[in-house]
Amino acid sequence: MSAHVDTDKENSPSMSDKLDTFKAWAQVDDSTLNGGQKLAVKYFMGAVILFIFQILFGLLAAAQFIFPGFLYEFLDFSVNRMVHINAMILWMLYGFIGCTYWLLEDESGTEVVGLKFGVLGFWLFSAAITVVVLVYLFIQTGAGNDTTLWLINEGREYIEAPRWADIGIVVVMLIFFYNVVMTFSKGHWSGIAGVLTLDLVALAGLYLAGMFYMTNITHEQFWWWWVIHLWVEATWEVLVGVIMAWSLMKILGVRRKIVQTWLYIEVALMFGSGILGLGHHYFWIGTPEYWLTIGGFFSALEPIPLVAMVVHAVYDSGERSFKNMNHPAMAWLIAHAFGNFFGAGVWGFMHTLPQINLYTHGTQWSASHGHLAFFGAYATINIAFFYIAIQHWRGNVWMGGGLQNAWRWKWALALLNIGVLGMTIALLIAGYEQSFIERAIGGSTWGGYFAAQSHPSFISAMNWRMFFGCITAAGLALLVWDLLTIGQGETRKAEVIPQAG
Amino acid sequence: MSETPQWASESFWKKVAVWVTAGSFLILVVLTFDTLKQTSAGGNRVPAYSVINQNIDYQFDKKLNKFMPIIGAEELLFGQKFSEQEAEELVTLGKKTTQAKNCMNCHTLLGNGAYYAPDLTKAWLDQGWLTTELREQQMLKFLMDPEKNARTFGTNRKMPNLGITADEAKGVVAFLKWMSSIDTNGFPYNFTTIEAEDE
Repeated sequence: MSAHVDTDKENSPSMSDKLDTFKAWAQVDDSTLNGGQKLAVKYFMGAVILFIFQILFGLLAAAQFIFPGFLYEFLDFSVNRMVHINAMILWMLYGFIGCTYWLLEDESGTEVVGLKFGVLGFWLFSAAITVVVLVYLFIQTGAGNDTTLWLINEGREYIEAPRWADIGIVVVMLIFFYNVVMTFSKGHWSGIAGVLTLDLVALAGLYLAGMFYMTNITHEQFWWWWVIHLWVEATWEVLVGVIMAWSLMKILGVRRKIVQTWLYIEVALMFGSGILGLGHHYFWIGTPEYWLTIGGFFSALEPIPLVAMVVHAVYDSGERSFKNMNHPAMAWLIAHAFGNFFGAGVWGFMHTLPQINLYTHGTQWSASHGHLAFFGAYATINIAFFYIAIQHWRGNVWMGGGLQNAWRWKWALALLNIGVLGMTIALLIAGYEQSFIERAIGGSTWGGYFAAQSHPSFISAMNWRMFFGCITAAGLALLVWDLLTIGQGETRKAEVIPQAG
Repeated sequence: MSETPQWASESFWKKVAVWVTAGSFLILVVLTFDTLKQTSAGGNRVPAYSVINQNIDYQFDKKLNKFMPIIGAEELLFGQKFSEQEAEELVTLGKKTTQAKNCMNCHTLLGNGAYYAPDLTKAWLDQGWLTTELREQQMLKFLMDPEKNARTFGTNRKMPNLGITADEAKGVVAFLKWMSSIDTNGFPYNFTTIEAEDE
């Protein structure tokens, strides 16, 4: 309990009281969590709140494709879309940091070193995000000078956060990194720990590549992709590999040796294809022609590790006849394996070769790929972890077969997956249409662009996207309800899965 | 159970992971140096900022089998000849304005960004500005009051008023003119320029 008192010192009493009231209402019990896990659940709650923001602003932006006058000059598309994608990146980062803190004590065999700083980091990060979002919403843009880039908005997709916030993010990441490394050093290292640590070095280091202003847009986009691509197509993929490896050991009881061997294979395949696969962003930004070959070749290899992950997850589950102690988490892990393969792998591969990318680059094709890939690769595994966390937080309750109100998690799973898949297909149709009408025929002129935007198949695609966006939102609402209630009143304890070898 | 063969062992794959990662990263670093050198402003691929003093077009090159920027004779912007330094300052103001106004979350630049508004890679060369004589003024008017000068092509999707000043608008036009001169390996394909219209 002492860790609990320590961690809440930084909060104002009222905030602490409110949290206690919430915990009592949600029937969760901090005493069942270790120090790292107490911090992890803070991150998970933050992640869910940001997830809600992501979907809300996504719906607003989707509506503006159908009704362009909607919120015009009040909350323009640029603002909604920025909040939509930033909230997404951030909730996934919150989830990953939470997952890491969750498994840290278990994996290292000791208490988290510097937990107080970790908690401070969480509140700093959350306060900074609140300020950044308020500025995005109420100030929106500024004059074309450095003050704007430092205080309001850097205007670079995905990493719009103003420079002061960039520095804050680096500080928070350094605290996080310190805690991870020092904890493993104090306890013991493992294969999972080693991969995790090296991956976090890369993840934090790469962010620095996005913190400079450059007038030469070719150079600017070159470094911008270092951050975006090497995050989402390399270091994040390895990070979820780590989380997946640990989860399979915990909820399926797979042997550590097998899991770690797989993890190394995945790292080799992921970095072997993903690092030079960066070249598929260097086809058309002014960079030399050799990137067409390098980017095309290596990015075509990128699906291979994702196939390996599907095989890994399905094989291990099948071998144990899907016998596990957390059914919703297991279902979301399987959704992750397939979602990652289809969203990141197949959807990425479909338009990654330069011969087709010449026509698909910068169309709704990318949006289609983006929706399925971010959801399939990252949203799913974070949601799986939310279920692992809530199971323990409610006192390690039963979450196997015959769970009360199991329809909720099943329907949340179904609605979220159907919703995102529906949006993906709608955007794909829009992307195909744009590639033909705007790109191949219209030559990407403004006339060509608007001809494609007015085409009946594009308009109906946008309507379907809106519809499936609402399905996704319904799935999210159900997911939140389920997380707040699942396992409440459950008297059975979780099934004990023996850890092999 | 028989012993794990070497090729399936944890230690073997650990070494493979380390070597593959280090090797790939090393290649990336070497290519990065080369790419940055080849694409610094003033080179063949990314022209100097003073290219805004010249005529720029974009045509299909039969020999290379792709569209290529064509840098032509002198054609001043705003009737003024900019030194290299002045040109860089103006393009910098334009670039910062495009970031400060968050252009990229509606438009794409070099094909990257959002898909709610047209690509800006070759916006300087777009036929939508009617004639090369009218172009500069049309662009300035549009940037400073996009609502009144809306060009929605019947979609009713209007650019909002972003409070762009006259100086910033000039900077943005200079930035767009300079960007249209970058050799983008033939992207976008099949783009018919305003110059072609004039001929």
